[in-house]
Amino acid sequence: MTSAQKPSASPILPNSPLAKGHLLGIEGLNPLEIGYLLDKAESYVDHNRQIDKKLNTLQGRTQINLFYENSTRTRASFELAGKRMGADVINMAVEGSSIKKGETLIDTAMTLNAMQPDILVVRHDQSGAVKLLAQKVDGAVINGGDGSHEHPTQALLDALTIRRRKGTLSGLTVAICGDIAHSRVARSNIHLLNTMGAQVRLIGPPTLVPKSFERMGLEVHHNMREGLRDVDIVMMLRLQMERMQGSYVPSTSEYFHFWGLDYEKLAAAKPDALIMHPGPMNRGVEIATDVADDIHRSAIREQVEMGVAVRMACLEVLCDQRAGA
Amino acid sequence: MNKLKAFVNARLMDPASDLDTAGGLIVQNGKITDVAPGLFADSAPSGAEVIDCEGLVLAPGLIDARAYLGEPGQEQKETMATASRAAAAGGITTIAAMASTDPCIDEVALVEFVSRRARDTAIVNVVPTACVTRGRKGKEITEMGMLAEAGAVAFSDGHRAIASAQVMRRALAYATGWDLLVIQHPEEPSLAASGAMNAGEMATRLGIPGIPSIAEVMIVERDLRLVEMTGGRYHAACVSTAASIEAIRQAKSRGLPVSCSAAAHHFALNELAVGDYRTFTKVSPPLRSEEDRLAVVAGLADGAIDCIVSDHSPHDQEAKRLPFAQAADGAIGLQTVLPLALELHHNSQVPLMRLLDALTRAPADMLGLEAGRLAGGAPADLVLIDPDRPWRITEDMFLSRSKNSAFEDRPIQGRAVRTVVAGETVFELNGS
Repeated sequence: MTSAQKPSASPILPNSPLAKGHLLGIEGLNPLEIGYLLDKAESYVDHNRQIDKKLNTLQGRTQINLFYENSTRTRASFELAGKRMGADVINMAVEGSSIKKGETLIDTAMTLNAMQPDILVVRHDQSGAVKLLAQKVDGAVINGGDGSHEHPTQALLDALTIRRRKGTLSGLTVAICGDIAHSRVARSNIHLLNTMGAQVRLIGPPTLVPKSFERMGLEVHHNMREGLRDVDIVMMLRLQMERMQGSYVPSTSEYFHFWGLDYEKLAAAKPDALIMHPGPMNRGVEIATDVADDIHRSAIREQVEMGVAVRMACLEVLCDQRAGA
Repeated sequence: MNKLKAFVNARLMDPASDLDTAGGLIVQNGKITDVAPGLFADSAPSGAEVIDCEGLVLAPGLIDARAYLGEPGQEQKETMATASRAAAAGGITTIAAMASTDPCIDEVALVEFVSRRARDTAIVNVVPTACVTRGRKGKEITEMGMLAEAGAVAFSDGHRAIASAQVMRRALAYATGWDLLVIQHPEEPSLAASGAMNAGEMATRLGIPGIPSIAEVMIVERDLRLVEMTGGRYHAACVSTAASIEAIRQAKSRGLPVSCSAAAHHFALNELAVGDYRTFTKVSPPLRSEEDRLAVVAGLADGAIDCIVSDHSPHDQEAKRLPFAQAADGAIGLQTVLPLALELHHNSQVPLMRLLDALTRAPADMLGLEAGRLAGGAPADLVLIDPDRPWRITEDMFLSRSKNSAFEDRPIQGRAVRTVVAGETVFELNGS
């Protein structure tokens, strides 16, 4: 593992998407900014392994996690990140709240804004919803996943995991496999990996990996063995249940037969290829249990660990940006 | 099987290589080992069984891309054993079995059943097709990848259109993963729902609800847009109208991966054949106007229509001895498709080579079969055709379990006199 690099001065320029103090997506970030966020995150990895994890960097700040979609790991990860940085964190459960009674997104944003939060972490099932909300609040907004659009902290934690295992992102070949069409994780990873100089291949059935992705400069493969040939990283995506019943994919058994990651298909990748999955996994649908649990190949648990460090870094960088640091 | 055989003194006709010459060919181990222009009886290899073709046309065995074989579920109408005997008598050596059986072929185990049943009971090759959607309900696509691995050569919901544009889009897109063929029954179902024959003067006179011819071109044109978007390989089965044939002709000129077929009854009959409510002429799509019939002939001649199919649809008396609108759709055709095609040759409307192409090379390429050509290494599936022999189609000659032919008592010219599958003769005309 590479040792933590000393975080340098902020490279965020006035025209950066980060300049307004929001993290809404990876698209538009430059390699220096991504590297800066990863370096910051790296510095928290060892910290998070200590017994005393509490910092006071964000003491006095208020963080609201507003999740319109169910989430376990992302919400817990943001909550821990905020608490470890010293912020006061509350979770807004959309289920059973006034939001479910028909309050519009903008009204909710205005209501929460009146409580003077410093940070809003928002997940929403509609693409673009987080950006809309960001226009109406004064605090920093972090996109915790919007529809099929972006999930920037997932891409950053994936990048940190890869960088720690492989030393670099540049020059690697990364296969992203599964439901690319509906995946915000895929989009954020595509932007990040392209920006950092990695080659991205997309693998999946034509109904879930349309050829239109080739126009983004990506290789599209429908045959998994061909797509995995000599790759350094295999990123599996979760197949949503509602896509499996004949509309996009005829059945889970056909999906696993052609696009589920097992050792037989994995043999096409490089011998030291790293296996990643954003979770939660459908074992036996997109990934075989023995592959998912292979301690030599799978980085799936490490991804979760990196998630907290990456989110701590994002909270710090956005608060610094707003404080004019 | 292993015995060396020499077919000599033939007129070799092979559309795949555009060969039309006097000669013969050598067969061993079920394969063609040599195609030999100039091979006559006196030059046959020693020890070979010599079959004298007496100057008749020796062509690749015919391939019928669309026939309903009754199994599983409707054995009272047809079985693979009876259908394959009819096919052999008609010069057909490979049948693509329609998937619209009961149960329909929408699972891997059912594809394997068709293959096993064919191997055990049929005297010609039967290759399975599978459904595009589960239960032919037009909603959820089948496990096309695994069905193809199990042996399905194409995908079709039978005589039922894939009505939803979204489902068709997904099926075509999904099929590109393996370059699979999706076959449409091009008929807009809501327009066709209450109809029983072609909408027009004849239907008006008979008081039969009509199916407008635009019901076909609407689906074809919609599907062509979906093909353009998805790149899926598409086949419109049994096209019957001038407009839809022209749409496919144009699509081909734009380079789209599309093909279509015509059933023999659509170039041999028009709507007038319905006559006095003859239910044996009730087919799907319906017999059309004379202008449409001529468009089918022209489409075959210029290649806009790739294949000729039998659209063999056996029905028992219970399904046909009914008031016209209540009778089942479909007619048998395995034994009549070749002689009806030869009519177009005798009428100087379509060259003989093109007709044979539409019955051999074109369906073979479409379904990805090795057969359908006279070439070293190809299966020794052959048909010996007497193109000129005059005869009459009669009910007693039908080997199918059902006798619902639209062509009974029709005088006709030309037929298969010997049919060979994997080097073995499976049919020989008495007294030939």
